[in-house]
Amino acid sequence: MLGALTLLLVYQLIGEVIVLAAGLPVPGPVVGMALLFATLAVRGEAPAWLREACQQLLAQLSLLFVPAGVGVMLHFKRLGAEWFPIALALVASTVIAIGVTALVMQWLRRLIGRDGP
Amino acid sequence: MSGRFGEIWVYLATSPLLGLTATLLAYQAAFWVYRRAGMNPLANPVALAVAMLVALLWFTDTSYRSYFDGAQFVHFLLGPATVALAVPLYANLETLKRNLVPLAGALVAGSVTAVVSALVIGWVAGASRETLLSLAPKSVTTPIAMGIAEKLGGLPSLTAVLVVSTGILGAVLARGTLNLLRIEDHAVRGFAVGLAAHGIGTARAFQVSETMGAFAGLAMGLNGLTTAFLFPVAVRLWG
Repeated sequence: MLGALTLLLVYQLIGEVIVLAAGLPVPGPVVGMALLFATLAVRGEAPAWLREACQQLLAQLSLLFVPAGVGVMLHFKRLGAEWFPIALALVASTVIAIGVTALVMQWLRRLIGRDGP
Repeated sequence: MSGRFGEIWVYLATSPLLGLTATLLAYQAAFWVYRRAGMNPLANPVALAVAMLVALLWFTDTSYRSYFDGAQFVHFLLGPATVALAVPLYANLETLKRNLVPLAGALVAGSVTAVVSALVIGWVAGASRETLLSLAPKSVTTPIAMGIAEKLGGLPSLTAVLVVSTGILGAVLARGTLNLLRIEDHAVRGFAVGLAAHGIGTARAFQVSETMGAFAGLAMGLNGLTTAFLFPVAVRLWG
């Protein structure tokens, strides 16, 4: 667990450094994620200790959103004033995104004759 | 509050211990409720835990800042958790390779649609610029979405709330939408739900079938990456 956490932090650190040095508009941890993905693809396997630790961390992923979510109390005024555009955008955009993604994927699968996983 | 208890409260309220402990307790209580409700997406544990904590802070007249002094230790783990998403993404590499064309096409179409439709609808309905920037990455998994909002001048904590709301909405609305479009293939259904409703949609998809869950998880990871790289560039070009 400790080794895996250190590895994740090292990749995050490298990601942050690259973002700062190159002035990229992307979050540092995302660059770290891309680098780790590339490393695993080059190595050809993900070691069991890393898989287990990441699984444990990601199993509790929703806990990690709670502190930021409590920040909603700072935005009650904005949410009260803009509730209509926010609610409309959330509901309509979510339905549209689900529909478009599914239709495009189904269309492309039929186009190249691949059905089933 | 007065006397000895008052003194203890004043001490605790200013130490990080209380915020951290309250976060862990509230989340576990919320998760218990979620389980008891048969993992119904409407009983989302994040939403429940947030509601409990907001009520607690409001009743005790505690500021978000002093709460966050403790809660930041949990919040910090979002960074390594984002990096850790590379592992399940890599586990799906073979599936990804075998379905490269349909997945790439659906990914780009869905990713752009999720951002653009939210911006256009929000803008037409009269949302402010800051709200729009916080709303745009709503379909992306929270740690990435918050990073994007922060980079762009949105409000990361507002984004977190909107992302969680989107996840719940997606988990609730997906079945009806996909049935209406007569899409039956679990791979396609899963990918669509994971793309639009990230981790909450993925958790829902896993309850239906393994295939649906795997494709949803894949879509969540890929959409996070795509939006993180495409969206800031688009905003920069746009001005």
